[in-house]
Amino acid sequence: MKQGKIIKVAGPLVIAEGMQNTKVYDVVRVSEQKLMGEVIEMRRDEASIQVYEETAGLGVGAPVYPTGEPLSVELGPGLIEPIYDGVQRPLDIIRSQAGDRITRGIDIPGLSREKKWEFKPSVKSGDKVFEGDELGTVQETVLVLHRIMVPPGIGGVVKKIEGGGHLVTDRIAVIEGEDGKDKEITMMSKWPVRVPRPYKEKLMPNEPLSTGQRVIDAFFPIAKGGTACVPGPFGSGKTVVQHQLAKWADAQIIVYVGCGERGNEMTDVLIEFPQLTDPHSGEPLMLRTILIANTSNMPVAAREASVYTGITLAEYYRDMGYSVALMADSTSRWAEAMREMSGRLEEMPGEEGYPAYLGTRIAEFYERAGKVTCLGSDNRTGALSVIGAVSPPGGDLSDPVVQATLRVVRVFWSLEDKLAYRRHFPAISWLTSYSLYVPNLREWIVENHGEEWVANVERALAILQEEAELEEIVRLVGLDALSADKRLIMETAKSIREDFLHQNAFDEVDTYSSFDKMVKLMELIMLFHGLSEDALEKGVPVTEIASLSIRERIARAKFIPEEKLDKIDALKKEISRTFEELTEKVATEA
Amino acid sequence: MIKEYNTVREIVGPLMLVEQVEGVKYDELAEIELPSGELRNGSVLEVNRDKALIQLLEGVIGVNVRDTKVRFKGKGMQLDVAEDILGRVFDGQGRPIDKGPRIIPEKRLDINSSPINPFARDYPSEFIQTGFSTIDGLNTLVRGQKLPIFSGSGLPHGKMAAQIARQARVLGAEEEFAVVFGAMGITFEEAQYFIQDFQRTGAIERSVLFVNLANDPAIERIATPRIALTAAEYLAFEKEMHVLVILTDMTNYCEALREVSAARQEVPGRRGYPGYLYTDLSTIYERAGRIQGRKGSITQIPVLSMPEDDKTHPIPDLTGYITEGQIVLSRSMHRRGIYPPVDVLQSLSRLKDKGIGEGKTREDHSDVFNQLFAAYARGLEARELEVILGEAALSEMDRIFYKFADSFEKRYIAQGENEDRPIEQTLDLGWELMSVLPRAELKRIREAFLDKYMKQFDKKSALTS
Repeated sequence: MKQGKIIKVAGPLVIAEGMQNTKVYDVVRVSEQKLMGEVIEMRRDEASIQVYEETAGLGVGAPVYPTGEPLSVELGPGLIEPIYDGVQRPLDIIRSQAGDRITRGIDIPGLSREKKWEFKPSVKSGDKVFEGDELGTVQETVLVLHRIMVPPGIGGVVKKIEGGGHLVTDRIAVIEGEDGKDKEITMMSKWPVRVPRPYKEKLMPNEPLSTGQRVIDAFFPIAKGGTACVPGPFGSGKTVVQHQLAKWADAQIIVYVGCGERGNEMTDVLIEFPQLTDPHSGEPLMLRTILIANTSNMPVAAREASVYTGITLAEYYRDMGYSVALMADSTSRWAEAMREMSGRLEEMPGEEGYPAYLGTRIAEFYERAGKVTCLGSDNRTGALSVIGAVSPPGGDLSDPVVQATLRVVRVFWSLEDKLAYRRHFPAISWLTSYSLYVPNLREWIVENHGEEWVANVERALAILQEEAELEEIVRLVGLDALSADKRLIMETAKSIREDFLHQNAFDEVDTYSSFDKMVKLMELIMLFHGLSEDALEKGVPVTEIASLSIRERIARAKFIPEEKLDKIDALKKEISRTFEELTEKVATEA
Repeated sequence: MIKEYNTVREIVGPLMLVEQVEGVKYDELAEIELPSGELRNGSVLEVNRDKALIQLLEGVIGVNVRDTKVRFKGKGMQLDVAEDILGRVFDGQGRPIDKGPRIIPEKRLDINSSPINPFARDYPSEFIQTGFSTIDGLNTLVRGQKLPIFSGSGLPHGKMAAQIARQARVLGAEEEFAVVFGAMGITFEEAQYFIQDFQRTGAIERSVLFVNLANDPAIERIATPRIALTAAEYLAFEKEMHVLVILTDMTNYCEALREVSAARQEVPGRRGYPGYLYTDLSTIYERAGRIQGRKGSITQIPVLSMPEDDKTHPIPDLTGYITEGQIVLSRSMHRRGIYPPVDVLQSLSRLKDKGIGEGKTREDHSDVFNQLFAAYARGLEARELEVILGEAALSEMDRIFYKFADSFEKRYIAQGENEDRPIEQTLDLGWELMSVLPRAELKRIREAFLDKYMKQFDKKSALTS
């Protein structure tokens, strides 16, 4: 195609003329160094290009080569395990080719062209297939069976299918379409990142995504196929929450997008994940994780692309019928990348300098989540849950990015620095957070955990709410002014906060809490509360209840390992016994 | 043959527009010859057809449209490096100002280095002992971390930074840190304090200083941290040294950036700072770290003064999102005469968990930290209550914590300017202070550690001593 010529360079924005044949959002290669860029605006024959690499050294007159294709990712076996940058270049291979620093003009395909995969056909010649049908499978990792699907828009009769070891670019099948033309299928396909992948039908999410984090699973659950946002000021533990979810969520595939993140934090993920084992399968977590890292000092335009790259890969696995969870940390950096490009384009700014289309882009992104019936005759379902961290300036929730996000997501985990200062982690506020999935999930939860659990959770939330109101009073008139039953509420609320909600991500045992354990812990606290209420009625002074030594053991119950949960049951019996003794003692004294 | 242009068309703020240029590259270095014959440096901010927009590092006074000549150097700004830079003082653009000999360059390095591949990074996990209990015990610094000091005008951040530079060491390793000091827009006295302190202690031998004073050209400050970090990268990754970089004051740097942005009439973000402030700051802070297979490391301690002590101001806010924690200084503690006036509750080191524990500091470190922190927070709550209701209204438990907070501030947080507390001492001090608390309240400490470490302290001695 005819090449263009640079007429302007301003930071990551390059304008080139002679680009009349190029489409908006096409990828171009800029200058002799072949820097990757994307056309974001056209005026006559002038194209505004956001360049995904550092532009220092570019000058007027340098050539621009159109590729005629939009920004796409390569899909196929081999996505798991490498770590990608924002435009799907594998960072491990970049390192082996370019050294410790990311130099410019590197062009490495997302999928290895050298690795052979063992392809097992599941159809035979003569079979009729439709878009989305499984042609065969590849064992990508121990944990992931990769389904090779008929690409969207293709269907017909299988004329040829070849099992055995193949490169991703090898022909594995030939399908004769309805128009009589043969289509060659390879394991690798391409998909433009800004276009959502198709599915048959969207479904209502009705099953919770277990995360192993008590405050989330108990109070503010997210559904498989749901959306959540985690806004919070710096230091409130957003990244730890995101890491915890990536580690412990019971999704089959995790896509973790580090968007404008700290370099050392990405390294932490890289070093730590391969050492962690998945509590559900016992295999290394890395074998189900796709990592995309665009650290804050990497080019800003690639940061803008990274969330789209991530969600397209996630959709691809969803289409295989998997439950996929995507974590984006942080979407504020993505929004800022948009703002930066918008500013360079001299667009009229909206709120806080963000472009007027900020809300639309955010909504479009989150709407790509969902539980769906995938393409394919077997009507399998897949789910894509999206959890986005937001980093509002100063933790101010009126920030445009937070507001635009809250309009579309259904779960809000509000991180508060006040809690973080008290070292209450995860610092998710129980007063302001919410989950709109609770009604959808209720049926599933009652069926699996019983009515008592639901009642306990509601009771616990009510106690915490009441504590917040009582605290106001205590602040004015002191704790002694409260009646005994109100004092008990304060004590129980403290126990819920410290012994249940507080969870130490760095403790081997406490870092993950199964649903069973969570239910038992809650039962302990509520049992103690219930018995205390009875005891109060029988005239036991509240100070005496508060100083029972068994409370220390309740506090330590969360450190009981998963395989010894019967210890919690034993503790329950002991609580009952303690109260019997206590009431007896008080009765005899009276 | 380098072409010379005398086609300057506009001079606005720190910017200069040159027309009819050819082959100029973005981010290229330009040399400007004034009518007086003086030479100045500038860098290309934008090329647009035959126009180039240049930012003048040393201001526009004396530049005119008619007689000024511009030459483009065909490369970006570079720094001459050699091992001899140790012990020397340079200006904000890397030119010697200490009357010493010229540096004979071993290498010329581009001051904007490419980002480190996250895959090539090594995770920071080696504990650095700074001798400050508030840092070592509560906000542990590790090699390769970037931990800023959020300060305010009039607070002793300079004193603290100098003390860190003086005392920082890695346990077990005898090697000392090389210190790279980048000063942006600080006063002569502040700069002298550092220089003299380094000279007095001999630290100057392993230090490099880049100094842009308050009356030096403001735009030059945009280059200074990059130059300092280029020197640091050279020392760390080519000369295998462990480098501590102190950058002060980042607020002045950001203001210079805003000045340029305003002159370009860019759409401003918050408080007039450019929308790309985050990206720009990250290209400075992210140059800290370690690289697999290389011996050296870069640890950064940027200092910034928060305008009106406001942590939500864009500069501390965006910094906090990039750096791995922050040490926040508190004005009220400073007024009460506590040095270092570290606001423990607001301070944080994100990498501490990797740098503490058995084999690094001591097995009980993490638990002690959590408990001290929680207890102090509770003590402060009690103090608040006391202010409103008076001491009589406090419950017995509140009173214990109230007293704990006091002794914690006076004995744990506060220390002398020359007091270099080893980590063992910091940890033991923590236990001693906690010994006044009832055991049932020490929920965050594992039983085994309680048994092992608590028994050495008599319950009553702590408060009275």
